[in-house]
Amino acid sequence: MIEKRRLVNKVMTTLTALCAFGVVAILLIILGYISFQGITSLSWQFLIETPKPVGEGGGIGNAIVGSLTLLGLAACVGIPLGIAIGTYLAELGDGWFGTIVRFVADSMIGIPSIVFGVFVYALVVLQQGYFSTLAGSVALALIMIPIVTRTTEEIVKLVPKAMREGALALGAPQWRVTWDIVLPAAKTGIATGAMLAVARVLGETAPLLFTAFGSRFYNIYLDEPMASMPVQIYNYAISPFEEWHKKAWAATLVLITLILVINIIVRYTTRKKY
Amino acid sequence: MSKISVSNLNFYYGKSQALIEISLEISENEVIAFIGPSGCGKSTFLRTLNRMNDTIPNTRVEGEILIDGKDINSQTTDVVALRRKVGMVFQKSNPFPKSIFDNVAYGITINGIHKNKADLNERVEKALEDAALWNEVKDRLNSSAFGLSGGQQQRLCIARALAVEPDVILMDEPASALDPIATQKIEELVVQLKKNYTIVIVTHNMQQAARVSDRTAFFMLGKLVEVNDTKKMFTSPDEKLTEDYITGRFG
Repeated sequence: MIEKRRLVNKVMTTLTALCAFGVVAILLIILGYISFQGITSLSWQFLIETPKPVGEGGGIGNAIVGSLTLLGLAACVGIPLGIAIGTYLAELGDGWFGTIVRFVADSMIGIPSIVFGVFVYALVVLQQGYFSTLAGSVALALIMIPIVTRTTEEIVKLVPKAMREGALALGAPQWRVTWDIVLPAAKTGIATGAMLAVARVLGETAPLLFTAFGSRFYNIYLDEPMASMPVQIYNYAISPFEEWHKKAWAATLVLITLILVINIIVRYTTRKKY
Repeated sequence: MSKISVSNLNFYYGKSQALIEISLEISENEVIAFIGPSGCGKSTFLRTLNRMNDTIPNTRVEGEILIDGKDINSQTTDVVALRRKVGMVFQKSNPFPKSIFDNVAYGITINGIHKNKADLNERVEKALEDAALWNEVKDRLNSSAFGLSGGQQQRLCIARALAVEPDVILMDEPASALDPIATQKIEELVVQLKKNYTIVIVTHNMQQAARVSDRTAFFMLGKLVEVNDTKKMFTSPDEKLTEDYITGRFG
């Protein structure tokens, strides 16, 4: 009897380990292949220069800056708004209004990102008459908000009721309980949610095609088109030039590394100290 | 005038009535214990005294609760001020995920009680001393509150409650999660605190009620069966129901 139990235990543990190993292996294979393909084109010039005609070199410098700019602008609006809505849903969202907001947020997560691109195209680009950084940021923010909202809500709900009651019993008004106690207790989880949104948005191509459009130059103005990594990778990849295909691989490697670095920084700064 | 005066209190969770026509007077600087079997309403009653039941949806209060002569359930009551005046210590200690110092200082800072940084430090030290915890933590005020043992965490929660200078301290089975030595420390603390505070303590432990309290109130099925001097309650109670409970015939 015991032997059978132990055997089953061993088999299941091994299977589970194999699955985990398999998933990690796939991830490593993907990363490895991208690195292998892209490492040859990686150089300082590549990271700093703007795209140039075939044969003259060039790089993704403006695309990196562009992606970070678009991300930064989108995050400035998207993350605080998402956290605010998520906190509202967790603390006060039990009524009919909360149900509607939750439903809308869930639906928005499922909408293909190209739809956001077309939406912002109609609402901003056509009204303004030009492709712009602003339009690109709006599209990305719309993608970020529901993701941050739902993850924030789930995490804030997990903060124990006992902790809130402890603060209330000291004479803290509800907003203080949320601001001083609940949100700091949830900050690691909220940061994870924000990271999910950031990682998602750094890789979005379709919405940017209709809004920020892409550019071959460095740019800082909100009312001009902006380059971004995914769009640049796309442009390099669909070209007929071998040299540019190599650049696409290198740019992909840079993009993944960028996401990894941002992830590590955020996780480190928001780690639980208590 | 009594510190707390409860008249004909009825309390409902939705349709179910948890407290039935409770009337009770609590004097200043006394320790009164609430005893009774599980589910009899003692914790619910305790929580009506600082309106913590407001956080539970679908509850209803009927009747009058006066603290210092003022009705705490009126439309104009400042619940935040009430909770500052009537503090609470919970069954399971619930320190904030902050340092020991910040835990005690929290109530002080949000209520704006302190005048400056030095004053804040003094108040925190006094609260920790009054809670018999200062000597054990004075060298590690900036370490996490979660690093303390269970008994220490509970004393930290008491210090935190004392720091906002309440008049009344409500204790909901404060020692039930603690070992006998820690329990003894909490009990000694309660007897000490009586000098300056009015204390209402809910307990399952009748020996504890006998040790710490001046008067004891026995609840059952939502009703207040008897309230009496502790000595009398545990030797010759008025009601048969009380006698049965105390001698262990049920509950």
